[in-house]
Amino acid sequence: MKRKLTLLSLVIGILAVLAGCEPVMVLDPKGPQAETISNVIWISIATMAIVVIAVFALLVYVIVKYRASKQDEDYEPPHIEGNPIVESIIVGIPIIIIIFLSIVTVRSTYEVEATPKGYEDQKPLVVYASSSDWKWHFSYPEENIETVNYLYIPTDRALEFRLYSYGPITSFWIPQLGGQKYAMSDMITTLHLAADVPGEYMGRNANFSGKGFAENIFHVEAMPADEFDKWVEEVRATAEPLTEDKFAELLEPGHLGQMTFSGTHLEFLPPPEGHNHGTKHSHEGEHDTDDAHGDVDTDHSAHK
Amino acid sequence: MDYFDRFAIPHPSPAIYASMVAIGLTVIAILIGLTYFKKWSYLWREWLTTVDHKRIGIMYIIAALLMLFRGGVDALMMRAQTAVPDNKLLDAQHYNEVFTTHGVVMIIFMAMPFIYALMNFVVPLQIGARDVAFPRLNALSFWLFFMGAMLFNISFVIGGSPDAGWTSYFPLAGNDFSQSVGTNYYLMSIQIAGIGTLISGINFVTTIFKMRAPGMKLMKMPMFTWTALITNAIVVFAFPVLTVTLLLGTMDRLFGTHIFSMTNGGMDMLWANLFWVWGHPEVYILILPAFGIYSEIISTFSRRNLYGYTSMVASIVIISFFSFLVWTHHFYTMGQGPLTNSIFSITTMAIAIPTGIKIFNWLLTMRKGKIEFTVPMLYSVGFIPIFTIGGVTGVMLGMASADYQYHNTMFLVAHFHYTIIPGVVFAMLAGLTYWWPKMFGFMLNERIGKWAFWFIAIGFNVTFFPMFFTGLDGQARRMYTYSEASGYGPLNMLSFVGAVGLAIGFALIVYNVYYSTRHSSRNIGSDPWDARTLEWATQTPVQSYNFARTPHVDSIEAFWDYKKKGQPLFKGSIEKIHMPNNSGVPFIMSCIFFVWGFSFIFSMWIPAIITTIAIFACMAHRSFEKDDGYYIPVEEIEATEKDSEVLADENR
Amino acid sequence: MKTDNSLPLEYGTEQNKLNILGFWIFLGAEVMLFATLFATYFTLEHRTGSGPAGAEIFEITPVLIETILLLTSSFTIGLGVHAMRLGRKNAMMTFFAVTLLLGLAFLGVEIYEFTHYVHVGAGLQVSAFTGILLTTLGTHGAHVTVGLFWGLFIIMQVKKRGLTPETANKSFIFSLYWHFLDVVWIFIFSFIYLKGMM
Repeated sequence: MKRKLTLLSLVIGILAVLAGCEPVMVLDPKGPQAETISNVIWISIATMAIVVIAVFALLVYVIVKYRASKQDEDYEPPHIEGNPIVESIIVGIPIIIIIFLSIVTVRSTYEVEATPKGYEDQKPLVVYASSSDWKWHFSYPEENIETVNYLYIPTDRALEFRLYSYGPITSFWIPQLGGQKYAMSDMITTLHLAADVPGEYMGRNANFSGKGFAENIFHVEAMPADEFDKWVEEVRATAEPLTEDKFAELLEPGHLGQMTFSGTHLEFLPPPEGHNHGTKHSHEGEHDTDDAHGDVDTDHSAHK
Repeated sequence: MDYFDRFAIPHPSPAIYASMVAIGLTVIAILIGLTYFKKWSYLWREWLTTVDHKRIGIMYIIAALLMLFRGGVDALMMRAQTAVPDNKLLDAQHYNEVFTTHGVVMIIFMAMPFIYALMNFVVPLQIGARDVAFPRLNALSFWLFFMGAMLFNISFVIGGSPDAGWTSYFPLAGNDFSQSVGTNYYLMSIQIAGIGTLISGINFVTTIFKMRAPGMKLMKMPMFTWTALITNAIVVFAFPVLTVTLLLGTMDRLFGTHIFSMTNGGMDMLWANLFWVWGHPEVYILILPAFGIYSEIISTFSRRNLYGYTSMVASIVIISFFSFLVWTHHFYTMGQGPLTNSIFSITTMAIAIPTGIKIFNWLLTMRKGKIEFTVPMLYSVGFIPIFTIGGVTGVMLGMASADYQYHNTMFLVAHFHYTIIPGVVFAMLAGLTYWWPKMFGFMLNERIGKWAFWFIAIGFNVTFFPMFFTGLDGQARRMYTYSEASGYGPLNMLSFVGAVGLAIGFALIVYNVYYSTRHSSRNIGSDPWDARTLEWATQTPVQSYNFARTPHVDSIEAFWDYKKKGQPLFKGSIEKIHMPNNSGVPFIMSCIFFVWGFSFIFSMWIPAIITTIAIFACMAHRSFEKDDGYYIPVEEIEATEKDSEVLADENR
Repeated sequence: MKTDNSLPLEYGTEQNKLNILGFWIFLGAEVMLFATLFATYFTLEHRTGSGPAGAEIFEITPVLIETILLLTSSFTIGLGVHAMRLGRKNAMMTFFAVTLLLGLAFLGVEIYEFTHYVHVGAGLQVSAFTGILLTTLGTHGAHVTVGLFWGLFIIMQVKKRGLTPETANKSFIFSLYWHFLDVVWIFIFSFIYLKGMM
């Protein structure tokens, strides 16, 4: 047993050293949502450490003290059915822990599902992020530009991502800015994020989606608002317009580098919004004008 | 696609061709061996047609071990591929097939048969029964599982393996994105094995309710029997959901319906929901029998009765109930909103409470005991700390907000291996070692067994602990490779090293079986561990009728009380015993099921119709058959029982 | 096998009691099977894509005929089991035969109903709604079909072997199955047809 414990602690030690080189992404937040979650994770690790230590300590105590080799040849272990007090303790303490963690969970879940704290009175930047095999398309309806596989965002501004997919279920994830959410073909899901610190971040599809999944990554760059505006201006002025044919070409399965267009695909291929009971657009790109269309161009208030 | 193209492997590689040759040679070698040693009729008479729960249990074990190595090789390939960044050992498609089959094989074709192996062998003995309620259905269950497993395993040489993950989410698994027949294999083979499991569930619930020895009230059943009862009750309620889910998937893929598709009203989220409504109870189907096994072993080797029997029973009942109320936690990120996620977070974390009770009860059972560290006990003691880590990370994953960061990452992979491996694999190895002498009449070597344990326990931690860190560092699961710049390299290499350690541990177990078969003493008596429950009151090896006289039970540990307090166990005189006849129908019917599944996979409608009719013909045959079984006469029983220790003991 | 004469014939032996309990548990599994189908149906009920909705295709006449046929058959099989308990073999066989004929008629009307759906453009492949509708109805219909053969075999066995504990047990279990299919149909009638037509 001792041999095992030394080995185990050795392994954990090595890992701590390895992991200590730089903080892991999820615990190195650069935005309010990621920070909330990171705090939740630390709280849960601390709480759970109590449980782990209690169990490990009890286990070591029992197996050291009550091993057969340490006892009399004729020691007969007693018959004990149970003890109401002991049993209430082993039920009671876990219940208290779970109640505590439940409160933490519910509060933080509501928090990360809403506009980030401190940004409530701002108009968020709306970005439609849609995935196709194995790319991400980012449409900025207000700015009227679209990018592929890279995302520029202003810092200190609420971001509202509206996610959907042109293929299998994917999951939009920028670990340092916040948790992930699925993008599906059937409906739009909304993810609220914000970046506090300018910098370059890794974003990816986290949900397995076939052959090109591993490389289904996008590049995120957060920059101050004026720089972001300058970039938008520049794209509007220089980038090629996104045509329907071009977009159909982009949807073909495969990998693409980073691309930039003026105009968005939302104009000719509206996202699956509203309770349309499945009578949604087909992928050939019908020009059906449902009410989602107007929503795309003008209404950027929080969805729902 | 051209019709015959469907049968070709879509992504051939030298490794696959080599396996094809190896499979072919092995099959030929087995056939020649059987013919040369004239074992065909023995095989048919004693094994293929048997309805004896003990033989069926042993066949389950053989199949489960085969599948363990099949799934283990997949695991090694995955860890080898990801050991270094930008590795070219496997391409993306091949890697996808490997992790999909790894998941399916390990859950459906390794863990499930392993728990049914031990339940089959042990439960009727523990309750003092002659067999299960429906012996022939039991054989059918096994053969359906076996044919399902074989059907799944030929996928990689004929037509291609499934590649959409063991969860097989639509629309990825639909015809648009998975064009090979791989997912058809997934749907049909799990369907066939699942029907077998459902039949087993019905069989065991009936057996445990109706066939317990006189005096064995529900609250006097051994803990393993309790877990078997609850597990099979979950099977009865959860597996029909899987049946329907797979049926709807099959309808979409083969008959062009639009249930999970992206067009015409189909709903991709529905598959995930239906799958996990079955999938989460399935997790508890696997873990509860393991809890039962640990309860038996810890109690035996602490030389103490199980602490808190009533709370143990209560906790498994509560766990089984909650297991149906948590499925949404597998996809908190689907956008169902904070209210739903909060509710499911709380139900999920609530499961930790009854599970915690069990852990503490085991610790309290060891307290004041006289602990002997035999191999089964080592696995049980090793289980507690490792499973605790699995459990607490489970609570962490259950917290919805935090799960947005853990979901789909290696953190999740680490978590569920930290629960399933100590929870199921350790339990099965412990149970196998523990009941081995009852099954085969000799003990496995303790020294080699301990070496294997340490390799497995340490190898396991080295493999999976690093994944907690890579997961938090943003490494998504199911990626066939990653870039050097991501920095995941060193920890993944460590995982690979650990995986090799695990492989050595499992190889040692195989060696142990070989070594012990040759060298172990055959003279071990009927109760080598000085155990506490009824299965140890039988002869070793167990006679076909199990108990010459039905035991009478007054306490939870009837056999222990018989040994220590001299409470009588067997009353009355020996009477003739009624036994069921062997039957080849379950085997033949399952073979037809194999062809049936194969026909559906490749949309061959004429054989599909013929085999469907043939399956019903087998059932009709069973309906008309008159089979009253046979009787073993008293003299024969007395002759075989004259060496029995328990009887000798009683006459003393 | 020992026979206990204080109980009805179908419960007479140990194996018979096991069979009946086992079958009840099987019916529990069947409840889950149909519950899953219903849950899926309710989820997809309004997802009609470009195809028709339930109100556009459901016709009350064949559905009412099917309901009456199946309810009556459940009554006649009850009479059959009653006759069996009284030991009246011929009456029992007659009632079982009537049950099966009613079941056959039900199946005939259901097949008509299916062809009607295909005619009005509500085939299996049209939409999520039609897919799950026909799968649910089809699963019930397949159960009835299996039941027809099973019942026929039982009548043949009773004819040949008489009312033994074994045949009585089979007949009783078959009656449970048949009643169960009736209950499922009542759910289909209420929650698929009536709800869909409203």
